[in-house]
Amino acid sequence: MADLNNHWAVLVGRVALPWLLPLLLLPLMIWLERKASAFMQDRTGPNRAAIAGVRLGGIVHTLADVAKLLGKEDVVPSQVHRGYHALAPLIAIFVAQLLFIIVPYADDLWVNGQTVWMQGLRIDIGILWPLAIGSTFVYAIIIAGWASNNKYGVLGGMRAAAQVISYEIALGLSIVGALMVYGTTDLNTIVQHQQGVVWGFLPKWGIVLQPVGALLFLTAAFAETSRTPFDLPERDAEIVAGYHTEYSGVRFAFFFMAEYIHIIVASGLVTTLFFGGWQVPWLSTEQLRDHAATVLDVLLGAGALAGLVAAVLAGRWSRGLRRHYADARRHEGAVLGVLALGAALLAVALLAGAHVYGLPEWAPPVVAALAQFSIFMGKVLFFAFSFIWIRWTLPSFRYDQLMRLGWKNMMPLALANVAVTGILLLFFGPGGR
Amino acid sequence: MAVERQDLWQRLGCSPENVRVVRPEPSIWTRVYILEIVRGLGVTIRHMLRNLFRQQDMPTLQFPELRRTLPPRFRGRHRLTRKADGTPRCVACMMCPTACPADCIHIEAAESPDPRVEKIPVRFEIDLMRCIFCGYCVEACPKDAIRMDTGIFTDMAATRREDFVLTMDKMLNS
Repeated sequence: MADLNNHWAVLVGRVALPWLLPLLLLPLMIWLERKASAFMQDRTGPNRAAIAGVRLGGIVHTLADVAKLLGKEDVVPSQVHRGYHALAPLIAIFVAQLLFIIVPYADDLWVNGQTVWMQGLRIDIGILWPLAIGSTFVYAIIIAGWASNNKYGVLGGMRAAAQVISYEIALGLSIVGALMVYGTTDLNTIVQHQQGVVWGFLPKWGIVLQPVGALLFLTAAFAETSRTPFDLPERDAEIVAGYHTEYSGVRFAFFFMAEYIHIIVASGLVTTLFFGGWQVPWLSTEQLRDHAATVLDVLLGAGALAGLVAAVLAGRWSRGLRRHYADARRHEGAVLGVLALGAALLAVALLAGAHVYGLPEWAPPVVAALAQFSIFMGKVLFFAFSFIWIRWTLPSFRYDQLMRLGWKNMMPLALANVAVTGILLLFFGPGGR
Repeated sequence: MAVERQDLWQRLGCSPENVRVVRPEPSIWTRVYILEIVRGLGVTIRHMLRNLFRQQDMPTLQFPELRRTLPPRFRGRHRLTRKADGTPRCVACMMCPTACPADCIHIEAAESPDPRVEKIPVRFEIDLMRCIFCGYCVEACPKDAIRMDTGIFTDMAATRREDFVLTMDKMLNS
């Protein structure tokens, strides 16, 4: 029998899902960035744009933004190098979209006795792929800065080069310890290694086995995505907008999208390497498959409960809306409440159906994969949020502080981590003395 | 203007040698940067959650729909009051343009048909582009003919300069 993983439908799915997932999360990320930052600073954030009165807490603004960016004039200043100026945003978005394909989002799915990989690209180099491809992103920034023929652009590009090169060392070294523990670079195997518990109660996640490595990786990932506190390449107060000063319209949107895709990829990698990836805490894939009915009950029950709570909240919110607004917005609470109630009822109906008719034979692996995918997405979204959370909490570093942290603190720490991990593995690891 | 540093030190009666700047030594907990980061994260998430669950307590007002209640003596856009029979109270005495520090009130007087009243305004205009909303006109008026109690203070936007001139009609009917 031919390998199911290379069947064309499976191939399309395997490529399309990791490609579309970051793109679909993009509007959510932009909305989260705006709304969370607003709430952290005691502002209300975007809440005006509406489709038939439904504003979804400001998420419609993202759609308006897309329309705006697409409709904007694509200004190409006269002094730029036209070819490279056009090439840089394409490199940025291309490189960003290549990254998520390596991240596994569920354990292998059993179909007719065969396994289907829940991972876009399964190659032996595994973790080296995002490190290698991701480092080419800096070319986009440097080319953009240089081609702009603008002092601020060049400064942004040079800062990006210095920063990314400095932190790539810490990034690479920080995962060496983890790779020594796992004994592989294949990401799905790494996640499978993180099953079980240590000391009887803690999930055997990378953060428990490699706390220093996890912290260093997280910090270095922040620097690699050029987010505050490591936002030197595009720091508004100093160099206007850095490397994308001379970009507008869709070309600017490409850089913007690439930045957010990088956040999602970094969240995915942190999750995979140090927070158990798709592992449901305390539950192995076999257990999930064996108790698929219970897992489905919990999943649908949680969905129904969340829908009900959302409906009740929407109902309470609706009263205030009706008092304040005279236009279509006064119905927003009712619309959202009905939608939430509908989702809750759907979940209850599915639950009842599962109990009345029982689960078909193919269901348990699918349910297990669904549970793992939900957990994985939850973790990724948490880390994506923490990127935003940290950005709006910390002041950014000065250039010398950045370099000192990278070279004099993080690199020695990462090296020490490798040495200590090696010593511990030698004495207590598998096959150790 | 430029004081030499040496002169400054002399004038202050000291020299750099015996001035000691005392900076608080950061504690070991502050020097371990990571703990301070966690504390900062706590502050931001506290603000976020409070504003998420108690949005009605946020200081922002959803402006066009919700209005702030103004204090009763708030000086807003001007209006002209009327007598019991509906005619303007104003007798065109020119007290308000005289008092006006911004010189924004323009009155054209005419003879009054009422024998008990000497003059009435035929044009009474206030240029809002010049008005500084000081309220001197209200204080100067001997007839209580002009007041600033409409409570209107934002909805005065216009796209042409001419539209910022308040006419007598507009002021009588607001």
